[in-house]
Amino acid sequence: MINKIAASVAEALAGTQDGATVLIGGFGTAGIPAELIDGLIDQGARDLTVVNNNAGNGEHGLAALLKAGRVRKIICSFPRQADSGVFDGLYRAGRVELELVPQGNLAERLRAAGAGIGAFFCPTAFGTELAAGKETREINGRQHVLEYPIHGDVALIKAERGDRWGNLTYRMSARNFGPVMAMAARHTVASVHELVELGQLDPEQVVTPGIFVRRVVRVPRLATAGGGFKAAV
Amino acid sequence: MDSKESTMNLPARRQKEVLARRVAQDIPDGSYVNLGIGMPTLVANQLPPGREIILHSENGILGMGPAAAEGQEDFDLINAGKQAVTLLPGGAFFHHADSFAMMRGGHIDICVLGAFQVSATGDLANWSTGEADAIPAVGGAMDLAVGARQTWVMMDLLTKSGVSKIVERCSYPLTGLGCVKRIYTDLATFDCSTEGLRVVDRVEGLSHAELERLVGLPLRA
Repeated sequence: MINKIAASVAEALAGTQDGATVLIGGFGTAGIPAELIDGLIDQGARDLTVVNNNAGNGEHGLAALLKAGRVRKIICSFPRQADSGVFDGLYRAGRVELELVPQGNLAERLRAAGAGIGAFFCPTAFGTELAAGKETREINGRQHVLEYPIHGDVALIKAERGDRWGNLTYRMSARNFGPVMAMAARHTVASVHELVELGQLDPEQVVTPGIFVRRVVRVPRLATAGGGFKAAV
Repeated sequence: MDSKESTMNLPARRQKEVLARRVAQDIPDGSYVNLGIGMPTLVANQLPPGREIILHSENGILGMGPAAAEGQEDFDLINAGKQAVTLLPGGAFFHHADSFAMMRGGHIDICVLGAFQVSATGDLANWSTGEADAIPAVGGAMDLAVGARQTWVMMDLLTKSGVSKIVERCSYPLTGLGCVKRIYTDLATFDCSTEGLRVVDRVEGLSHAELERLVGLPLRA
């Protein structure tokens, strides 16, 4: 019998190695797997390479993981934000390495990893400093830059509903990087707000099929306000 | 150029809302459009009635509606600037790789971006000022700039100290080469091409010669 449901976040994250590449979903206030990041802090793995669109906000979540000195390198598209002080300080002190990646390359490099693509050519960033030193090629009269996939050892993503086979649905723009990160990592852990029985997810609506998911763990939804769901703060 | 003095007697500039309306006028019915963070976001409020224009947000939304009313914010439904928004009937959600495939695959008809500098041939600099200790951040700017079928820039023509942001060659780090087709500014609208700049319109009271002096580059009428 296949049962990917973990009894706890700690169980889902057990075995995360020092030096692992950890893909962390989320964009802005949507889709951040806050409880899983807290679990990773408790789990203790260090010397991590973290892939996320941003580089942490405030003092919680990814910022807390950074502050705990557990991250060697961040691969992201937009580290600078009004409240990215933890990253800013570490970066200026030379204590964390940054690989800045255009957001579309970030998404496509993850997708490529999940799809078994060895590398791809893309026009994004040609002629800019973010393509410096990279192989280029003219294809159909247009200049392209060679980009390699980003493989994760672990992915932490936030979904909405899941079943014991690991099938997932998402909620609105909280989907963002979840599906491509799920594909790109060997050990994908998804938090869900609701666990359902097999067959209760409409197969036409499943966004991430369970084959891409290793562990599903339920976390309660945060308080609602004004009909909406508040940020994971 | 002695900038302070040279900009003192300029004709009335287009206010931001007026500039946003000017941009919006040129977006055809049925277009798929991505509006960049900052000033371009204002275009959403000026879309001409009677046209169906579908807004794309890089974080996985097509058919994005106006900002959410106070008290009705849902923080799973946000735009690229991380503000709570709404979804129009017919709207759709999708993941990041699909969202950027819409840009990079040439499916987005028009993107409107802000800029630090644009060159006469359409090179764009809008992601970094290149300052030594600045934390760099690029987001989706490079993907949009080269991926959308048309990239438009919306900005003030002059910096606060009166220097033209339209230049012969960008001195700031580039976002994309030869990607900007049109520049909408508070004083005039321009087309960019390999042949250089052409003036599409000017604000009332601004002569072609005066505009050419402000930009400091040859302008075709």
